[in-house]
Amino acid sequence: MIKSMLIILLSAMLTDNFVLSKFMGICPFLGVSKKLDSSVGMGMAVTFVMICATLCTFPVYTLLLAPMGLSYLRTIAFILIIALFVQLVEIIMKKKMPALYKSLGVFLPLITTNCAVLGVTILNIDSEYTFVESLVNALGAGLGFTIALVLFSGVRSRVENADVPETFKGVPATLIAASIVSVSFMSFAGLVEGLFG
Amino acid sequence: MFEAYILPVLIFAALGCAAGILLTVVSKLFEVKTDERIQAVNDALPQVNCGACGYSGCADYANAVVINGVATNLCKPGGAKSAEKIAEILGTSVMENVPQTAYVRCSGNCSATKTKMQFDGEQTCKAAKRFYGGSGECVYGCIGLGDCARVCPENAICIADGLAAVNPQICVACGLCVKECPNNLIAIKNMGNDLHVVSCSSHDMGKMVRAVCKNGCIGCKICEKKCEFDAIHVENNLAEIDQEKCTGCGKCAAACPAKVIKMI
Repeated sequence: MIKSMLIILLSAMLTDNFVLSKFMGICPFLGVSKKLDSSVGMGMAVTFVMICATLCTFPVYTLLLAPMGLSYLRTIAFILIIALFVQLVEIIMKKKMPALYKSLGVFLPLITTNCAVLGVTILNIDSEYTFVESLVNALGAGLGFTIALVLFSGVRSRVENADVPETFKGVPATLIAASIVSVSFMSFAGLVEGLFG
Repeated sequence: MFEAYILPVLIFAALGCAAGILLTVVSKLFEVKTDERIQAVNDALPQVNCGACGYSGCADYANAVVINGVATNLCKPGGAKSAEKIAEILGTSVMENVPQTAYVRCSGNCSATKTKMQFDGEQTCKAAKRFYGGSGECVYGCIGLGDCARVCPENAICIADGLAAVNPQICVACGLCVKECPNNLIAIKNMGNDLHVVSCSSHDMGKMVRAVCKNGCIGCKICEKKCEFDAIHVENNLAEIDQEKCTGCGKCAAACPAKVIKMI
């Protein structure tokens, strides 16, 4: 039981990292990774939204949509639920953490259309995980997103200080750095199988 | 019929209602009180978002005015009108606001100067400047590819006769073109009095200037001698007028052999 949970958690975090292996949620990955503070905040917000969204979408799908034969409507229902949680996070953050709210700016409402969040909820259904497994997967995906963002913010501050050729300055250098970080995550392949045989 | 069409609608209506109620409750619980004056000040600003006030956009400036007590007359596009409105909202005295305009410090139009090559690259001043200092014979002068005209939020700049020209009636003196010009030809000056300006930026010797442009300042210092107010000085082969001291008498302009001193 614990072993299978660990496998799901580790593979969602490292081997099947949502940003660096499945290439979901690239927009905030490039947009909010300029500073360490905001990337940690964004990672936490996305993790929270992923877990809450899974918490709601799983019962909505299994208890409401699937028995009625309405599984074809899951995308729209999931987006509705995700939008609700993003809005909740936004309202609470505006009150409790105004500095973080300001630094995240437009990327906070963009979590709504962040394919990583929708991806987690739909993949949970497609992989036929149980409720607890789904939650663990969402936690792993969120932590993986945070790891990618934090790692990349470090890389990015180094790139910004480096003497980059004029042509590559700004976005091109960032994209190349992102691809190298993504390649480095490939080395996690086989880690989970190796650990748990 | 019911299963296929009405049931999904009912389910989604229920989901939507639940989400709506939850959000309403939470937004009431976590309401953030904002100062109404910020919105009022923001409405009084022209929403050009030019950044001439030193803040990143009109909303940011409105915030700074209300919360940090920043001066109310920093908005250049809004001018006296905005300053008056903001002062009224905040209940403070109106701060003076001198209207300003941008002007181009070059007179090298097509009949005065020639091009030394055909520039086929990307048609922007910045690109042309990187290529042997631009296509014009004078490396200090207006390149005329209109970087300033493109950045102007009010369309106050047009390129006529190979030279950028600012319409002072439309110009709001936001200073975006000043930053854009690769030759630093554009400057901001106060309007409303008969101040004179030197419409040339060439630091070359008089002979060199003559060789490339009929309208350039040759640094002859006649204006310096004619000025009774010590307002004009030739430095580095280029006349500069001290706007503080200039009274607008026009003697320098009348005496200038190149006719490069102009009134705006």
